[in-house]
Amino acid sequence: MTVLSERSGTRRTAPRPSAPSRPAARRFTPRAILLNVVLLLGLAASFGPLVWMIVSSVKPEGEIRQFPPTLFPEQPTWDNYTELFATLDFPRFFANSVVVALVVTAGSVLFSAMVGYALAKLDFPGRRALFLLIMGTLMVPGMVTFVPLFVLVANLDLINTYAALILPFLAAPFGVFLMRQFMLDIPDELLDAARVDGAGEFRTFFAVVLPQTKPALATLGILTFLGSWNNFLWPLVAVQSADKYTLPVALALYSTGQNTVQYGLLVAGATVIVLPILIVFLALQRHIVQGISTTGLK
Amino acid sequence: MAISARRRRTGLAAWGFALPFTILFAVFMLVPVASSLYMAFTDMHGADLRTPWAVNFVGFDNFAAALADPKFQQAAGNTLYFVGVAMPLTLGVALLLAVLLNSGLVWFRSVFRVGFYAPVVTSIVAVAVVWRFLLQPDFGLVNSALGLVGIDGPRWLTDEVWAMPSLIMMATWRNVGYSMVILLAGLQGIPRDLYEASAIDGAGAVRQFRSITVPLLRPTLLFCAVITGIGYLQFFEEPFVMTQGGPLGATNSVAYEVFNQFGFGNYGLSAAMSYVLFVAIVILSYLQFRLLRTEK
Repeated sequence: MTVLSERSGTRRTAPRPSAPSRPAARRFTPRAILLNVVLLLGLAASFGPLVWMIVSSVKPEGEIRQFPPTLFPEQPTWDNYTELFATLDFPRFFANSVVVALVVTAGSVLFSAMVGYALAKLDFPGRRALFLLIMGTLMVPGMVTFVPLFVLVANLDLINTYAALILPFLAAPFGVFLMRQFMLDIPDELLDAARVDGAGEFRTFFAVVLPQTKPALATLGILTFLGSWNNFLWPLVAVQSADKYTLPVALALYSTGQNTVQYGLLVAGATVIVLPILIVFLALQRHIVQGISTTGLK
Repeated sequence: MAISARRRRTGLAAWGFALPFTILFAVFMLVPVASSLYMAFTDMHGADLRTPWAVNFVGFDNFAAALADPKFQQAAGNTLYFVGVAMPLTLGVALLLAVLLNSGLVWFRSVFRVGFYAPVVTSIVAVAVVWRFLLQPDFGLVNSALGLVGIDGPRWLTDEVWAMPSLIMMATWRNVGYSMVILLAGLQGIPRDLYEASAIDGAGAVRQFRSITVPLLRPTLLFCAVITGIGYLQFFEEPFVMTQGGPLGATNSVAYEVFNQFGFGNYGLSAAMSYVLFVAIVILSYLQFRLLRTEK
């Protein structure tokens, strides 16, 4: 609102009937101060480990193993990152993770929206059966399906391929559930109007329905990307040669390997996985947190 | 006539929309779900990978073998320990934070909300690596901090007693934010005048919490409990990265055992174990529905 009024000088926002604001004095009573101090300690516990990860990733190994630890790096260095990217194959793992997550997100969101639209707004034979089948698998955990999925993918000769990392995640029951819920709220009159204007079913979907569901598409897209980026069990099973590793697989295997543990490298590797997501999260946090709370309440 | 032709056209278009999903769903979800049941009752091994139909039916042998296996029993006990402590802890802390954040006295609510939620978006593998570093007994941050106040911290991840609490601590740290955000949204949906009216009637903060907040938040609490419980029952990455199930199996979980048996090539046994886990998930969700559903 403020942004809007700043941009166009003539347009003034009407005084908003805001929630009764508390007198400033009440916000600094001993009780309020105690409450905020408790929350600040909680915040340190919550965000602290992530800050510590980033700080430690630019310390040389010797300083990392120093007791007591230094709060700020005394000899900051990029050595850990240089080794990750030059000696180990992290650029490759990073690219694998990005490609898989992008394709999974685009494909699964589109397919979920399409089938969600059909289930919510179109009448067709088999609709109820399809809906029940999809909902029935909503609770089936990946732990139950990964062994038979491995047998299936092996017999399709897809082990060690990008297809193995991508295809099983293009059909996401949760995405269908979410999209169908949102599609139900689109007024039928809007769709009928488009059809009367001569738009075919596909045109109606892409030009009228999809723009109406942008918030749901964004929420689902973010959740799907996160899920793919952080996914571990299936990539660990489906891929056996290093050139197809995703970041979590590479880091987990490196960290549990026989070689002597270099904590500097490990925290730098963790930073490479976490920091890009954290930056995107901080930039989009308002939408993400709101999206999460609505999916939870629906 | 015209109507039925039109219906057939929309029917075709609808299946056109549903088809890409449905094919992938049938191949990569329905087939595995059905065949996992089949595999659980066969003696399938790694050598049968290319001939999955040429195996013997063994009835409930895999289930009997799993339940009689001391390693599986230990893993089941560990999983119950993990879920039994981590789930109430996560929900309790999340509820506490949500109630505190919902108070009008908080200075920077959105900063706190983002800060508490941030761990949720992180990769479990990555933060498990970070926690291994934090809990490193000689120069880790946790024992260094404990040392400042004169406490000699334990050797967390290599100590049979402290390894599981370490994993519980990390899981709680990572997952609290999710439930907190959902509970906070639920709290904001409770009408303010309920509190004002009860305050006039002389209800204190504790009474209000018990008689207004908790009952009205029940469906939201139920949702958080089910989602958290399903996730925790399958905990796998934490022991894989932090302890490899050790020391002496103290942090081995059912999911980890499913993965290990798969690695040994015992596909039938692994599938049976995963079904035991699935049944546990269904039972836990059912119990939570019974326990927390809105009373009518």
